[in-house]
Amino acid sequence: MEGTKMDARVDECERDDGNTQEDAPMEESEQNNKDMEVAPALVSVHPTQSSVAVALGSDLRVFNLLDNSAVSLMDESGGAYHNDSIRCIKYGTNGKLFVSAGDDKLVKVWSTDCWRCISTVVSEKRVSAVAISNDGLHVCFADKFGVVWVVDLPGFDGTKASLNQKAVPLLAHYCSIITSLEFSPDGRFIVSADRDFKIRVTVFPKKPLDGAHEIQSFCLGHTEFVSCLAFICTPDSPQGILVSGGGDSTVRMWDIISGSLLDTCEVGTKVEPNATEGNCSTVTNICTIPECTLIAVAIQSLRGIMLLTCDLSSRTLSVSKVVSIDGENFVPTSLGSSISGGLLWMVTGASKFRGSDVSSLSRVKVISGFKKSNPNASEQEPTVLADSEIPGGAKLLEKLQGSISIDEKVFLAAADAVKTAMCNLLIKKQYSDEKREFRKRTRNDKKSKQ
Amino acid sequence: MGMFWKLNKLVPENNMLQNKANPTINKSTGLPRKRFYRARAHSNPLSDSHFPVPISPSHVDYSLHYPQLLPLANRTDTFNKIEFADIGCGFGGLLISLATLFPETLMIGMELRDKVTEYVKERILGLRVASPGQYQNASVVRTNSMKYIPNYFEKGQLSKMFFLFPDPHFKEKNHRRRVISPHLLDEYAYVLQVGGIIYTITDVEELGAWMKSCLQSHPMFEPLSEMELEADPVVKLLSSATEEGQKVARNGGQTFQAVFRRITPSS
Repeated sequence: MEGTKMDARVDECERDDGNTQEDAPMEESEQNNKDMEVAPALVSVHPTQSSVAVALGSDLRVFNLLDNSAVSLMDESGGAYHNDSIRCIKYGTNGKLFVSAGDDKLVKVWSTDCWRCISTVVSEKRVSAVAISNDGLHVCFADKFGVVWVVDLPGFDGTKASLNQKAVPLLAHYCSIITSLEFSPDGRFIVSADRDFKIRVTVFPKKPLDGAHEIQSFCLGHTEFVSCLAFICTPDSPQGILVSGGGDSTVRMWDIISGSLLDTCEVGTKVEPNATEGNCSTVTNICTIPECTLIAVAIQSLRGIMLLTCDLSSRTLSVSKVVSIDGENFVPTSLGSSISGGLLWMVTGASKFRGSDVSSLSRVKVISGFKKSNPNASEQEPTVLADSEIPGGAKLLEKLQGSISIDEKVFLAAADAVKTAMCNLLIKKQYSDEKREFRKRTRNDKKSKQ
Repeated sequence: MGMFWKLNKLVPENNMLQNKANPTINKSTGLPRKRFYRARAHSNPLSDSHFPVPISPSHVDYSLHYPQLLPLANRTDTFNKIEFADIGCGFGGLLISLATLFPETLMIGMELRDKVTEYVKERILGLRVASPGQYQNASVVRTNSMKYIPNYFEKGQLSKMFFLFPDPHFKEKNHRRRVISPHLLDEYAYVLQVGGIIYTITDVEELGAWMKSCLQSHPMFEPLSEMELEADPVVKLLSSATEEGQKVARNGGQTFQAVFRRITPSS
């Protein structure tokens, strides 16, 4: 199974981090790999909130909030939508483009006007992160071997969508899974985070197809894998302030020009102690909420989100509050916000996990209260909106969730499955010599023929 | 063709070192005996095993490596930093030569193989005792330099980087394990100061061509002129200072070197 071989190769890069695994029988490694295939639900919001997209497994669901209708995607470029789990989605900051990519090794670029797939790029390996340059001219995607690729986007003249545009390598993190890819607000830099605790800030060149060779800085400080990146836009620094979350249960703030660590927030200690093992407080997603200096943080096992405030003058981070979702076992797997909307969108869900008959399900919730309706009004409290209050209402929920109401028990299972999948993927494992030899024998080094 | 090492048995080091007679160290010179530290030449750079990695360059413990020169573990920003790095330093031949040639400069060897790192450590310690005041500026660390160079060195910190007789990784599928590659050159350019020099040498013609080609294609490196190569005292050491180099010379083999300078990219 290709998935197994891929992960066998990646897991060669391993280190004893104290998490010794028992000598498991070979069957268990098969099961682990199935766990790894679980795909968390993802959400992304258009910069002006004209649409919201949810990805669940291979299914891409979009809802148009301008005319309150479900979107039908048009894909004539040869691939029948996505064939396997989508791992990353993103809107471009200019709002014209949307990109989706994942385990089927396809990177699809969509026009947000008509939701037609304008370009499909074939990747050699499974894709783990994507980003669109601010000017909308390039799409970058990263694979599980640490290479970030870049491709030119075709002109916007409505001509036939192009398949098999050739991507070229832009930069690489040696033998490491890239977990997140972001452009700085001014577009000068591209930031890539990996499983080996590193964040690399690279100058995004005028001719990206020649490669991005000039490293601006490394942001080093995380003591576990870095899982997510986001930028705070501030008038003082056009390059923005970078925030990152990781497996070490911290959210950190960085100056990307120098690579220096501005502040660290130990979110793990702020979450209520949960059942047993560690790694319950991995930061899984962060999302900055524009027009206020709040950062929403999704943490494994936290049924809700944690809000951090960023003090721009002192450049420090602190916990503002924890917003819990009452009445539902809702552990967000992905967060999204628009630049103007003042709402935080959250989704939970997973596809392809054991223990459920339903092949894939997701639940969408929204938190509002980040925008002051009146400058004189006191700080609003963030509140979780009821289903009826969500923009798009029942129609949106039906489209993005798949149905209006979901059996809750399934969500806990989903959250657990996603947690296991992330741990298996990003935390290095210790293998016995025998198991290591077995894995070496069953791996496949051959490049795929194109 | 490259040099093929015999597969020698690894010495069980704990038993040997606890032995009071300690035959791993030569009693008269105080230097380690090489035969007790032999290891396979080929190590898998994809597998990190059991060595600590500093979280960032400011976490590198200089007092551990250079106890006489920098005794304080806490240091200010103005102290001397490491400027030379020998990547894959092997048994330390180059480091030893450079240490006396550049007594004011701090230098470090990086080596993936455990036994070999131990050997170099013992060698430096022995030399420090035998020649007081000398060799205090050289040290060695066991690490995977293909993954952790940014953890050890700040931007523009190094003035010289050395890649002597690196593993050729002949098979095409293993080319990605080569220590000189287009992507890794980005990182080496990052830790090298503008004007800093990267020295590479090999006795494998194809690898020599590869390394030269990677450096020529990289926008942040330019080759040194013939005159500059002649004038640089370090260049002669590339083929003579190390065990590998000496073996090649003994066998009358040819070496292929590529020496380039880090420049500001023109954009």
